[in-house]
Amino acid sequence: MSTLEHWLQRYNAGRDTLPGAGVPWLDALREEAIMRFADEGWPSNRLENWRHTSLTLLEERSFAAAAAPLTAAAVVQGLRRDDDGAAGGHWLVFVDGRHAPALSDIGALPAGAQIRALADVLATRPEWVEGHFGTADDGASPAALNAALAADGAFVRLARGVTLEAPLHLVFIGGVREDASLVRNLVIAEANAEATIVEHYVGAEPAAAGSAASAGALSNAVTRIAAGHDARITHLKLQEEGRNTVHLAAIDAVQARGSVFASHSLSFGAQLARNDIATRFEGEGCEALLNGLFHVDGRRHVDHHTRIDHAQPRGTSREFYRGVLDGAGRGVFAGRILVAPGAVRTDAMQRADNLLLSAQAEADARPELEIYADDVKCAHGATVGQIDEDSLFYLRTRGLDETHARNLLTYAFAAEVLARIGLAPLKRRAQAAIRARLPGGELMEAL
Amino acid sequence: MLDICNLHASVDGKPILRGLDLHVGTGEVHAIMGPNGSGKSTLAQVLAGRDSFTVEDGSVSWDGVDLLAMPTEERARAGLFLAFQYPVEIPGVSNAYFLKAAVNAVRRHRGEPEYDAMDFLKRVKAEMKAVGMSEEFLYRSVNEGFSGGEKKRNEVLQMALLEPRLAILDETDSGLDIDALRTVADGVNRLRSPERSMIVITHYQRLLDYIVPDQVHVLSRGRIARSGGRELAQELEARGYGWIEDLQGAQAARGAAS
Ligand SMILES: Nc1ncnc2c1ncn2[C@@H]1O[C@H](COP(=O)(O)OP(=O)(O)O)[C@@H](O)[C@H]1O
Ligand SMILES: [Mg+2]
Repeated sequence: MSTLEHWLQRYNAGRDTLPGAGVPWLDALREEAIMRFADEGWPSNRLENWRHTSLTLLEERSFAAAAAPLTAAAVVQGLRRDDDGAAGGHWLVFVDGRHAPALSDIGALPAGAQIRALADVLATRPEWVEGHFGTADDGASPAALNAALAADGAFVRLARGVTLEAPLHLVFIGGVREDASLVRNLVIAEANAEATIVEHYVGAEPAAAGSAASAGALSNAVTRIAAGHDARITHLKLQEEGRNTVHLAAIDAVQARGSVFASHSLSFGAQLARNDIATRFEGEGCEALLNGLFHVDGRRHVDHHTRIDHAQPRGTSREFYRGVLDGAGRGVFAGRILVAPGAVRTDAMQRADNLLLSAQAEADARPELEIYADDVKCAHGATVGQIDEDSLFYLRTRGLDETHARNLLTYAFAAEVLARIGLAPLKRRAQAAIRARLPGGELMEAL
Repeated sequence: MLDICNLHASVDGKPILRGLDLHVGTGEVHAIMGPNGSGKSTLAQVLAGRDSFTVEDGSVSWDGVDLLAMPTEERARAGLFLAFQYPVEIPGVSNAYFLKAAVNAVRRHRGEPEYDAMDFLKRVKAEMKAVGMSEEFLYRSVNEGFSGGEKKRNEVLQMALLEPRLAILDETDSGLDIDALRTVADGVNRLRSPERSMIVITHYQRLLDYIVPDQVHVLSRGRIARSGGRELAQELEARGYGWIEDLQGAQAARGAAS
């Protein structure tokens, strides 16, 4: 069972063996975090930010490892094969939330770049992490559970001016032998550093569709990114977990002057996925792109809550989220934009568009703008709609049958989000992933 | 080959076509002119199978087949082509993919081998050159951000690629400058053949200087109010559409009186 007691017991049993146990600041932080989680429990829809996504279902739910577990090695092999640049890439693999050195391949790194398992760093050089780990108060209660229990993740540090030419792939394979994986990733990019970081979340599908309600895996991930001045960080998250997994994640960025942060959040799997994505401009002239695409079908549910904190002047943010909703799927987007007093010449733009493929699917898109400065440009728009009849007719008058035309328009709607992914191999991978989920997607390869 | 009898069509309960008759023989080019709002586009869309219009009465027979019973895509595959007055923008779908999918859908239907990428590119590039489109338009989303003239050229390109038996051009000339008009007209004239019929809908007789029709019809208030040869177009140009409507009004009044 996933009651609070379950997690408290797990904490009590494991705290002395967690990496970094005995490090005073870390012990204190974990204690505080588990207390907060015990106090708040799973978020319920009484909380404004969780109005559409209650997690109280988790209290009644048991988690279990997959009946037909994935072979982690095969998963990694598959991912690497798909990646055109695999030869030069950096691969750090985690199975059930623990670093799997045998499956990882960091490759050659430029001087000044470090890519390590967080567990190793906590055990050997906890002082590198202090100040970057986060606090017990960050985010919602699942983030506190993560702070208390996450035993591993990626630790990435790029010294001033260091560029990672090839993407860093972090692969998280869940539900293999354990029912839960909790990971925490820390990315520290100093001034002028540059990197692309890809997080793949994969997990097994339930053995039989009928057993769906009973057991699955919990995947709980927190990624913290600190971008130094003029640093350029691209983050791509591809969530393709099994339809029994509950995925609870936060991405938290802070940006120094002139830095550029791009987040692409592609949420295609899981029974329920919640992504809290935030960035805060702590210096002038920052840029952020928050780009997202989700797909739900069956009774699946995806929720993105984003927050862009224009705390300093002359920041630019662009936000584009799209959802494709089929079956009785549910999608939620809430995009908060804060413009602090004095953050003049802020330029913020947000769009959220949802395509409903069935009458039972439901989407909510809600902008929340809080503007306390003058001389700012803020625009937002949200739509929930069906396939455009004019487009459908046009395609049919050219001989495409209705199904092909619908599938084509659906894929095109989704693919526009993916067009913003800069690196071609990553874009192709993302396109293949969504094609595999959309009806008739295999016909769209040439698009 | 195309027989439209007593066609009545409405949208949201509002009658638009009210008893339209038209016969277009194989290999003939017919021009349909008429004031704005007279139902020209409605006729074109009904023939192409747009289901937001309800056919209330009448029949359309195409080489003996009941056209109205066919789904839109089957009409297209059987060789009916509509060049839209307002071509639709389809973001995210490349023109190349769209054109290839369309051509292959039609070729499959005809029992011809589908084009592979190489054959298709060769063919499409040749046709693009003929309609004055640069190859860059292959890799842009369908009609997205195209100028009015570029959209119309793209329609003519599709027509050339699909080699229809019956082509309906809905105001393909409007909004074109004289050069673009010539290119479009050349494209149409190249396709004229004894096997191919065309319905050219236009608001201005200017286009008919370049595409010489076998017959000219005037559509007014949802019916063909007048048919004639080329000279009818010139008369319309000189006198405007008002007199046709007056004529129709008088006829209607006589009809009511008797
Ligand atoms: N989808 C529609 N909904 C409501 N009215 C329509 C629709 N389409 C056409 N109409 C009306 O039908 C009439 C004929 O329109 P249309 O066929 O476009 O004329 P034309 O092409 O001759 O200018 C006009 O009064 C127009 O407003
Ligand atoms: Mg019209």
